[in-house]
Amino acid sequence: MSVLVYTQNWDGKFKKSSFELVSYASKVADMLNVSVIALSIGAVENDELKKLGNYGAGKILNVNNEQCKILDNQVYTNIISQVALKEKSSVIIISNNNEGKAIAPRLSVSLKAGIGSGVSKLPVNLNPFTVYKRTYSGNAYAQVVINSEIKILTLAQNSFDLFETTNNSVIEDLNISVDSSLLKTEVKDVQKMAGKILLTDADIVVSGGRGMKSPDNWGPIVELAGLLGAATACSRPVSDEGWRSHDEHTGQTGKIIAPNVYIAVGISGATQHLAGISSSKYIVAINSDKDAPIFEAAQYGIVGDAMKVLPKLIEAVKELKK
Amino acid sequence: MKILVCISNVPDTTTKVKFVEADTKFDTTGVQWVINPWDELSLTRALELKDDPSTGVKSVTVAHVGPASSEPTIRKALAIGADDAIRVNTEPSDGYYVASQLAEVIRKEQFDIIMCGIESSDFNGSVTGGMIAEFMNIPSVSAVSGLKIENGKPLLTREIDGGRETVSVPTPFVAIVQKGIAKEPRIAAMRGIMMARTKPVKIYEPMEAQSLTKFIVFEKPRPRAACKYIDAENPGLLIQLLQNEAKVI
Ligand SMILES: Cc1cc2nc3c(=O)[nH]c(=O)nc-3n(C[C@H](O)[C@H](O)[C@H](O)COP(=O)(O)OP(=O)(O)OC[C@H]3O[C@@H](n4cnc5c(N)ncnc54)[C@H](O)[C@@H]3O)c2cc1C
Repeated sequence: MSVLVYTQNWDGKFKKSSFELVSYASKVADMLNVSVIALSIGAVENDELKKLGNYGAGKILNVNNEQCKILDNQVYTNIISQVALKEKSSVIIISNNNEGKAIAPRLSVSLKAGIGSGVSKLPVNLNPFTVYKRTYSGNAYAQVVINSEIKILTLAQNSFDLFETTNNSVIEDLNISVDSSLLKTEVKDVQKMAGKILLTDADIVVSGGRGMKSPDNWGPIVELAGLLGAATACSRPVSDEGWRSHDEHTGQTGKIIAPNVYIAVGISGATQHLAGISSSKYIVAINSDKDAPIFEAAQYGIVGDAMKVLPKLIEAVKELKK
Repeated sequence: MKILVCISNVPDTTTKVKFVEADTKFDTTGVQWVINPWDELSLTRALELKDDPSTGVKSVTVAHVGPASSEPTIRKALAIGADDAIRVNTEPSDGYYVASQLAEVIRKEQFDIIMCGIESSDFNGSVTGGMIAEFMNIPSVSAVSGLKIENGKPLLTREIDGGRETVSVPTPFVAIVQKGIAKEPRIAAMRGIMMARTKPVKIYEPMEAQSLTKFIVFEKPRPRAACKYIDAENPGLLIQLLQNEAKVI
């Protein structure tokens, strides 16, 4: 028996979220009294693989087939499924990010394993196996029983702390053969924006809404974000208007994020917006309307004109950095 | 080319979510039901493709798993412009069960492109599309923010961390769509609403299938600490609080 955790890599590197996953997997494995096996697919150096051991992975499996160069959901599902059966995994843990959402449901059918998607805490019960997840777009949480033999949990990003342990890991290169007819995805073109902090990875996010009035007023938001090492975000109307790019849109129909602090500037706090940010550890609101609903969600608030408040905030952060 | 759009029936996004029967059931009193926002965008994109003769899209069908009470949502999809609809007459007990039913229907009716939303706004499972594809052993592309058809060949844009890719897969396939697939949801015009009344809705009885998960109890998010206000004249205090009290910067 084992807990299997699939850790995605980005150009051969892992991220904090990969280590969160492994930390989570080892806590689940402790509850079940079994070991943690980490699975990496694609080209990753041993030094990098070894890092997974710092968070409790006992065995680290590395699959690097010809067919794994691009993400094909069927190929990846097939590999993880084969490994899970070989390792007799009773729980499989995957990130709830784009790639995880692409693979986990296929894996569920392939292994007839029920999914607890977007979990943010350890299972609340082992018998019956019960997980705690976000529902109604953050307006509620639910306990969900998974009654299949194998269980798949997808972990919400930024929802679990890192736990370091002594590294006793062993790395194994695994040869898994995949029927080449499975590979059907053809990538025609890739566009990457280099150098931007990813919204879903960021610990700090500075976000602007319609209250910023014009795309020309974004300077202070970008400057504040730069000083704080933060990512920038926006509300839906702002991206609909083309003031900011679509990948900054947060909320129910955009990105769902859980940074340590979310600074909402000129955002009213509509339910659909809150749906994307309510898991933030702290919410800061800057809004000229003292009755704006965002203040009900916020722990810190400034009632005032963003264009006057932001420059003073920027000065204060610069002062702090000195 | 035939497109199927899978639609889920969800509470309006502004619903005050409440529970009854010791928090084991969602309180449906006074709730307005709508087409799940992503499914509405999928439908919009499917109709845009059909409107363009060069794509070769001949029909757009919507499919829904749910009891007769969800008929109004299906009619709404027909009013927006879908040609016909399929309803599998059963309670959608979990994603695995719903996907089993949809896969069965798709096998019988044969579609080239199957579109599903990235998640439903009620259970936030993000599972149905991928499961359908695996049940049918066909390709799936997830995080799809664009779909076009060039020279009879579908091309998909999929979001990856920090960028996007253009990909193609052979038909039939499942596209799991998210933001960007269409700009704004199409709304039903009067003519559409009239026509929807006579459009065909085929009812299938469910096949034997299992559910693997069960929601047992709900809870509201814990109320957060009340907002601490900082004087707009002295925002520096906010930075101090974030550093020393919240310890987040
Ligand atoms: C199905 C559906 C899905 C949706 N999904 C999303 C989603 O994912 N994300 C999302 O964001 N929205 C979403 N919406 C839209 C949502 O309902 C709101 O319309 C939107 O969030 C409002 O954006 P906003 O707060 O930027 O603008 P507004 O609501 O216009 O608020 C602007 C705020 O700025 C303040 N302001 C004005 N001037 C200043 C100033 N000088 N200084 C400081 N503050 C100022 C105002 O007091 C106001 O509170 C969705 C809606 C629907 C129906």
